[in-house]
Amino acid sequence: MQNFKDKFVMDFITDDRWHYLTDGLKVTLEITFLAVILGVVIGFILAVVRSTHDKTGKMKIANVICNIYITVIRGTPVVVQLMIIYFVVFGSMDINKILVAILAFGMNSGAYVAEIFRSGIMSIDAGQFEAGRSLGFNYRQTMMYIIMPQAFKNVLPALGNEFIVLLKETSVSGYIALQDLTKGGDIIRSRTYDALLPLLAVALIYLVMVMIFTKLVSILERRLRNSDH
Amino acid sequence: MITNGEVLIKVENVHKIYNEGRLHALNGVSNEIKKGEVVVVVGPSGSGKSTFLRSLNLLETPSTGKIYFEGVDITSKKTDIDKHRQKMGMVFQHFNLFPHKTIIDNITLAPIKLLKKSKADAEKEAMELLKLVGLQEKANAYPSQLSGGQKQRIAIIRSLAMDPDVMLFDEPTSALDPEMVGEVLELMKKLARDGMTMVVVTHEMGFAKEVGTRVIFMDAGQIKEEGVPKEFFEHPKEPRLQDFLSKIL
Repeated sequence: MQNFKDKFVMDFITDDRWHYLTDGLKVTLEITFLAVILGVVIGFILAVVRSTHDKTGKMKIANVICNIYITVIRGTPVVVQLMIIYFVVFGSMDINKILVAILAFGMNSGAYVAEIFRSGIMSIDAGQFEAGRSLGFNYRQTMMYIIMPQAFKNVLPALGNEFIVLLKETSVSGYIALQDLTKGGDIIRSRTYDALLPLLAVALIYLVMVMIFTKLVSILERRLRNSDH
Repeated sequence: MITNGEVLIKVENVHKIYNEGRLHALNGVSNEIKKGEVVVVVGPSGSGKSTFLRSLNLLETPSTGKIYFEGVDITSKKTDIDKHRQKMGMVFQHFNLFPHKTIIDNITLAPIKLLKKSKADAEKEAMELLKLVGLQEKANAYPSQLSGGQKQRIAIIRSLAMDPDVMLFDEPTSALDPEMVGEVLELMKKLARDGMTMVVVTHEMGFAKEVGTRVIFMDAGQIKEEGVPKEFFEHPKEPRLQDFLSKIL
């Protein structure tokens, strides 16, 4: 027990080492939050192009580009994409690493979100679309007022899951020497030569954040379900 | 049932071909629908009657042929079909109410967004329509809380809220429990009596006889026979029609 206490003090109290965790958490949350927004924007655009092509046969070239994007992004590891963006694309530039991480994780998430949105759009009964069009709404208005609100509700659980995955995926940010939560714990380990407590603390913090986020999604889901059919 | 002879919809030699020619859903259909008419379209399943109806507002695009609505060629690429659809109400077999919106919002969505009516005006008119069908107390309910017959009556007044010049009905009672068919047909009869131009695809022969001004029999993608209900039902000429009527009457 005394041993545990000593280790705890050494890992977190001495030299204010807990700062590595809190500062790392801040970086992790910042990357995740902004990457989620970027991912939703990219995913939304890709999904609109893909489903418009599926429904109307228009936007052939844009659809091919979107397909290539989705295939490449989903077919390669995110950590490789992160390193390519940092060391290759912005290799000769002095650029904020957090920005690079947001870009890499946002672009990556966008490909997954696109397929989530698209499956949501395609899951809405064709009759809904026809009802909208027969009232005189054009394609865009029908999408906006009738299809999207229902699709969003249907994909919310999948979307929530994607955000949880994204939050955890940012743990590879250390590959471009970003001090996120995981890296913070790892730095403590390298200083104190104690692996157990720092990594346990890191895992615990991820777990708590995921649980909070899961709770938030389920609250939102319940609100939207009020109008369920 | 007043027809003043003015042609509202004109269909000219329309063909609809699916699956690279394997299915000829419409095989040279021509017809004129005049203002005030209640045209009932009957025929066996797969006869093309629904495709015919759905091509009138271009939910199905004809492969060849032309359709004129109020004198405008709506099959032309240059025509803004959305504008014309506002004047053609459509009622579906499966109601297609918007499940994420309340009844009142279902009715007011198009008038507010497309006719630029104020929310207050649109809701006032919607309440009057709801009163017409006796469903005022459902204004703030969601579609899931309604019976099939109630849903279909709401779907009808949702179309009426756009003040259409013609109403298209695609088997409006086929998905209903038998005891709910009556309430929907009553509303449709009322519309007919008030002079609404209607095209109705249905299996309700009683409705055709009672309020139809003209009955069309379709088979194999063609109009095989048409006429006033009395003549149509009592003295069918076409053997296919005689056969069809003997099976359903």
